[in-house]
Amino acid sequence: MLKTFPKGGVHPADNKLSANVPIVYPEMLDNETYIIPVSQHLGKPAKVVVKRNDKVKVGTLIAEGDGFISANIHASVSGTVTKIDHQMDSSGYRRMAVSIRKTNDDWEEDIDRSEELVEEINFTAKEIIEKVKKAGVVGLGGATFPSYVKLMVPEGSKAEVLIVNGVECEPYLTADHRLMLEKGEELIIGIRILMKALEVDRAIIGIENNKEDAIEYLKDLCKNNTQISVEGLQVKYPQGGEKQLISALLKKEVPSGKIPVSIGAVVHNVGTVYSVYEAVQKNRPLIDRVVTVTGDSLAHPANYMARIGIPLNRLVALSGGFPEDTGKIISGGPMMGKALNSVDVPITKGTSGILLVADKEAKRRADYDACIRCVACVDVCPAGLEPYLLMTLGEKRLWERANDEDNMECIECGSCSYVCPSERPLLDYIRLSKTNILALKKEQLI
Amino acid sequence: MTSIILYTVITALSIGLFAAIILYIASVKFKVYEDPLIDEVESVLPATNCGGCGYPGCRPFAEATTKAKDLADLYCTVGGMEVMEEVADIVGLTPVEHEKMIAVLRCSGSDQARAKTTEYDGALNCTLAASTYSGESGCQYGCLGMGECVDVCDFNALHMDEVTGLPVVNEHNCTACNACVEVCPKNLFELRPLGPGKKHIRIYVACMNEEKGGVAKKACDVACIGCNKCVKVCEDEAIVVENFLAYIDFEKCTNCRKCVYECPTDAILDVNFPPRKAVNPNDAKRNAEKEAKKAAKDDINLMDRVKEPVKVSETINTKKN
Amino acid sequence: MDPKLVISPSPHVHSGFSMTKMMWTVVYAMIPAWLVAVYFFGWGAIYLMGVAVASCLFFEWAISKYILKVPPSLMDGSALITGMLLALNIPTNLPIYIIIIGSLVAIGIGKMSFGGLGQNPFNPALVGRVFMLISFPAAMTTWPLPKALDFSLDGTTGATPLGIIKEGVRNGESVSDLMTQIPPLWELAIGNLGGSMGEISAIAILLGMIYMLYKYTITWHIPISMILTVFVFSGIMHWINPDLYAGPVFHLLTGGLMLGAVFMATDLVTSPMSRKGQLLFGVGAGLLTVVIRTWGAYPEGVSFAILLMNGWVPLINRYMKPKRYGKE
Repeated sequence: MLKTFPKGGVHPADNKLSANVPIVYPEMLDNETYIIPVSQHLGKPAKVVVKRNDKVKVGTLIAEGDGFISANIHASVSGTVTKIDHQMDSSGYRRMAVSIRKTNDDWEEDIDRSEELVEEINFTAKEIIEKVKKAGVVGLGGATFPSYVKLMVPEGSKAEVLIVNGVECEPYLTADHRLMLEKGEELIIGIRILMKALEVDRAIIGIENNKEDAIEYLKDLCKNNTQISVEGLQVKYPQGGEKQLISALLKKEVPSGKIPVSIGAVVHNVGTVYSVYEAVQKNRPLIDRVVTVTGDSLAHPANYMARIGIPLNRLVALSGGFPEDTGKIISGGPMMGKALNSVDVPITKGTSGILLVADKEAKRRADYDACIRCVACVDVCPAGLEPYLLMTLGEKRLWERANDEDNMECIECGSCSYVCPSERPLLDYIRLSKTNILALKKEQLI
Repeated sequence: MTSIILYTVITALSIGLFAAIILYIASVKFKVYEDPLIDEVESVLPATNCGGCGYPGCRPFAEATTKAKDLADLYCTVGGMEVMEEVADIVGLTPVEHEKMIAVLRCSGSDQARAKTTEYDGALNCTLAASTYSGESGCQYGCLGMGECVDVCDFNALHMDEVTGLPVVNEHNCTACNACVEVCPKNLFELRPLGPGKKHIRIYVACMNEEKGGVAKKACDVACIGCNKCVKVCEDEAIVVENFLAYIDFEKCTNCRKCVYECPTDAILDVNFPPRKAVNPNDAKRNAEKEAKKAAKDDINLMDRVKEPVKVSETINTKKN
Repeated sequence: MDPKLVISPSPHVHSGFSMTKMMWTVVYAMIPAWLVAVYFFGWGAIYLMGVAVASCLFFEWAISKYILKVPPSLMDGSALITGMLLALNIPTNLPIYIIIIGSLVAIGIGKMSFGGLGQNPFNPALVGRVFMLISFPAAMTTWPLPKALDFSLDGTTGATPLGIIKEGVRNGESVSDLMTQIPPLWELAIGNLGGSMGEISAIAILLGMIYMLYKYTITWHIPISMILTVFVFSGIMHWINPDLYAGPVFHLLTGGLMLGAVFMATDLVTSPMSRKGQLLFGVGAGLLTVVIRTWGAYPEGVSFAILLMNGWVPLINRYMKPKRYGKE
């Protein structure tokens, strides 16, 4: 019996259309403008350090991390800075971004562009963390939390095991799957780097059982390595959630309000691990990532190694262009992704996929029914909450009661809304309560 | 037979006596002294518990008045001066007159002025929509039109205008309780003085768009584009432009209406004024053109919709009436 | 491409699990029990089902349209289920006016007076049934005796096995003597006994339960805990004094226990909102059933037991919460 997390979860249809399509490296066109937002990570936006009309090379620092939880942003193309202004990004708001027009293909000198695998790790833990920080690596699973922060184990806790998240439980997305298949060797080195940085002697790669080829390949790669193990997991959403993956692999729960390292676990996404390898061994900052471009009516669903800042319509054009019936564009997967309000939004560090939804599936049912108290939402909630109750409290604007009912423990996986037979917008109201509870907490009213 | 009745009576009486003793002990033991004035003050307050005074409800406000040394910062916005005089009588202080305020919506981006570029399909709640994205139109500062302000208004002073898609403040009902100001995720409501005169005239910039002129204008026909024309024309130095957005300081504004005529996008609203007429012969032609253009563009005059008091059958019962 | 992109908060997909589908699953699950009733009670079963369903649908429609002034939603199947459950819970020889009054009480008082679907604290069909039982005790306890494939209109009437035991024990007879007046257990399981229309065949009801479990409309928690509790509790009583108390298998197969445990106690709206709470609910209903059957004035207590437990549901919901992740 394969492992999985004990409570809740749903089984949405897989729809991994691009699972067998190798990663494509899009051709870089001259005179194309790349829009690089300065806020691609969780935390404070980075401070812009270039001026308009500056010439930048690939890998030039264009915005510097501001504060502890922030990340550096680098130019992903070489060319001229044309604009430093507000631009629409995947948050749905116009926010500060640096626009670069690509004119040539100059790279910063210290970046090693060779294909060669660098196995030897010649750095101390401290140096690794510094390099990860400098390269602006953030969690590529979607949360975009600056990775170096996770490598700095706080006083009083001790990291015991590194968990590598190759679960990719979101339907449609295949970016991590392809990365594991095509960059397996780099991944293993990346894992060794992270183990060294965290000073742990055990690493587990968690992969859902619908990616058997990746499980076998990685098992094969680390068969001589006793420290790294590969664990196949039952297919169940939201297994890729940090807390769910930890309880699936370690049978331990992260205490509420604590970070995973408090029970000795540090979780990194496979995409992040690959970027760590590039950053540490090749001095290459985070300037590109794998993006799945997919959709039921898209001509060629595919995975792209896309430079940060490339407009999403460029990638969609490579996949055969927007289908006639596009009604919704989602950044990320269908369960947790964010709907985009413009086709000119750039790919950022957090974009794991672009999903085009047909217009007839884009909208929810016009009207939702009354709650029939069927317990389905309670059954599927991986956080052990009672979504039906939280929604009622949200509707009645009883934020304090909602907080007492652990509204803030919600991980926003969407399983409740997914399963509700009355199609009630359970998660919408839980989110609303969260926003309001946070505001109240800020004013220290609760 | 008589013994049964006797026993019953005795039992009932002794139970009653026992309970009475417990109640008496409890009432003595757990007695909390409360200033009787609090109850008295509370009885004259409107009992709406709206929080417009800055206290969570009427009783906390009553408590505050009994402890206060003067009433300068204590004012019931719902009851107004009449109620405050009664309160002042009870607590033995002099009331301080506060100007009557009203909430104004600083957005005139009606559905006609602001083309929709996307369609929202989620729980109808402004805060939620705002945390999802910037809104259905290209303007990320404007009204989302889902009426959360209407939901939180306890006084029936707000309703959504079906044609413009914007909330409308009813100046008779609005008590300036601040509920809409706090709830609006785009921070569009502001409490401003109801305005002088019988008709309560007031002028404000009905826009919160902080984008540059071009971007703002592209998103919305009636956006403030930060052109500074109003600043130049204002003789009272009441207008400041920050982040391409004008703001009229109501303490300095004399309601001269010059800025209203000057504004190229009609972002400044003059409420309850007589119909516009040219003050400056040079402006006459321009204004006529502007009016004509406006009339041609759509026959919905936002001004009228703001001015016209809405007939709401159910008005809130306050002490006043 | 449509120029207007749709924006909604996640999730962007839905399972397709729908309320209507769930309701129809319950309807299908009730059909075996009804078919057995048609086999044993003939025309009565058909007429009773028709009258109850029609009147429930009518009252639902009329009350939503003219009193609550909301668009009637007959197609969601909930009124249909109430009607069917009501029919399954009453004897087939009931006069038509009583059925109609029962339907009015079930829909009007049991459901709509609380605000309609999803709002009622008590199972509407049981509210209707108990109302009829208390208001028309004679009619409601005159049970037709089963007669296979008999479509004539005049059936014989008699007492239910539970009634025979209750009456007998009250008169000082021993249970083992009374059991001779009752059909053997396997016939009870098939449904060859007197009683309400739907409760006679334990096997048909179990078939329905398996179907609902398979379709994830109900889970095992309530029916199994309730049936097990009755089995264990009545087993203990029987072991203490077999002359006063009937055996556990007899308790399972007679009366409305199966029907109640599978269709009435599992009613989504009126059962607890956590699986732990559902177990408690089932145990409570089981205990009350045996208590009423053994010591109460009525021979049968399933309806009362479930209604009483319905009243406890808000309290159970408050204290039996699912375990939060990461919290003790």
